[in-house]
Amino acid sequence: MIRVLNLVKRYGSITAVRDVSFNVRAGEIFAFLGPNGAGKTTTIKILTTLLKPTSGKVEVNGFDPTKDQSEVRKRFGIVFQDPSLDDQLTAYENMDFHGALYSVPGKMRKERIEQLLNLFQLWDRRSDLVKTFSGGMRRRLEIARSMLHNPTIIFLDEPTLGLDPQTRNQLWRQVRHLNETEAITVFLTTHYMEEAERMADRIAIIDHGAIVAQGTLAELKENSGSDSLEGAFLKLTGSAIREEEASQVERMRRMARIFGRR
Amino acid sequence: MTTIYILWIRQLKRYVRSRARIVASLGQPLLFLLGLGFGMEPVFRKAGQGSYIQFLAPGILGMTLLFTSVFSGMELIWDRQFGFLKETLVAPVPRLLIMIGRTLGGATVAIIQGVIVISICLIAGFRPATLVLLPLTLLFMTLISLMFTAMGTAIAARLTDFQGFQLIINLLVMPMFFLSGALFPLRGLPGPLTFITSINPLSFGVDGLRYSLTGITHFGLATDLCALIALTAGLLVLGSYLFARIEL
Repeated sequence: MIRVLNLVKRYGSITAVRDVSFNVRAGEIFAFLGPNGAGKTTTIKILTTLLKPTSGKVEVNGFDPTKDQSEVRKRFGIVFQDPSLDDQLTAYENMDFHGALYSVPGKMRKERIEQLLNLFQLWDRRSDLVKTFSGGMRRRLEIARSMLHNPTIIFLDEPTLGLDPQTRNQLWRQVRHLNETEAITVFLTTHYMEEAERMADRIAIIDHGAIVAQGTLAELKENSGSDSLEGAFLKLTGSAIREEEASQVERMRRMARIFGRR
Repeated sequence: MTTIYILWIRQLKRYVRSRARIVASLGQPLLFLLGLGFGMEPVFRKAGQGSYIQFLAPGILGMTLLFTSVFSGMELIWDRQFGFLKETLVAPVPRLLIMIGRTLGGATVAIIQGVIVISICLIAGFRPATLVLLPLTLLFMTLISLMFTAMGTAIAARLTDFQGFQLIINLLVMPMFFLSGALFPLRGLPGPLTFITSINPLSFGVDGLRYSLTGITHFGLATDLCALIALTAGLLVLGSYLFARIEL
């Protein structure tokens, strides 16, 4: 489903991703974990055609994101770390907009929107402007939207950030449901180790741009001699607190300023 | 086609839903039209230039188009800041179509605002010399709106935050408005001012509007049309180019 081989991404003299290799199998839930600024979002951006790698080989659904952009884009759904809804549109309009962009035919679009909004318990609120929605509702709407064009894989970049335990629980149940009923591959990142523990078939841990461990939960625990994923994570990545990278845009802007490109 | 349509309709929906914005954006033209228009009327008349409202109305129309279009184009900054831009840029559609849809949407909004302002001008006492040239007025309105929406998009594609927005309004949009012949005749100005006004894109727009509405022209219809078409085409290409290069 996803093949990454010796992936490298540099911004000027800073290496955000160094020699990363991993595979994601069709139908599995794959958790990509790491401290802030470890290179998770950069990797997702490369997989989803938003960034060009410096070197290395990437394949998503058998296509190369750098060459067959449009083929790759048709087949994945993504929920970004930051919100990406139009809050002046209603829930239904946001869905419909997405369906039109991905050329989902009219009748199928209607049915699929109804099905997904029902699954995520937003159907009753379909005609309300998104600006009246809570954080959890927005998140659910984004996940529903990312599924609208029947992708074979969805990327969820910290989808539960800032949500209460009830909402997080429910959200993962719905993702699990989609994974089971539609055989969709899930590529997720999260800082909540118990979520990865519960959801993921396989886990990769990235730190300072390099993969430090990957395998099933049992393998990770065994290899690091810890009895929990959190223990394994801390052992592998150390307990030092990382400088918070506000966002990739921030980082690139800073880069650009340093290197005087704008 | 669907891509262009969906982006166009989105701009219109956003416009119709932000009533505050509609009202607020009518305040400035109203102030200029009524305050300046009636205030300067006696002086203008004494100078032998005829009615100031007659002279000013096309200028105020041009101003409305300028501001609304640049704002619409620069809405891109909001979309980037609030994240919606990502949703469109990661979709399997060419960026050029997204750019076209956005630009048409922004231009349509500007034209609607323009029609509202022209109606207000009519109420305030403005009388077009002839109605035969009304299609020409509409053509000029369209060109002006497309041109400045594309300009707004081009600028916004290079800006990543709100700070730059105020700068652009103060250092580019305001001077373009004041030095365009919207407020005063371009005849007999001091040298430097003549130069600036004759390289200002809005000058040709206002002049064209004024010709089609009142029959008075400074540059001549042919010059106005050619300059506007060339500038609009140029800015559309520039806007599309810069839009295609946006990195998230």
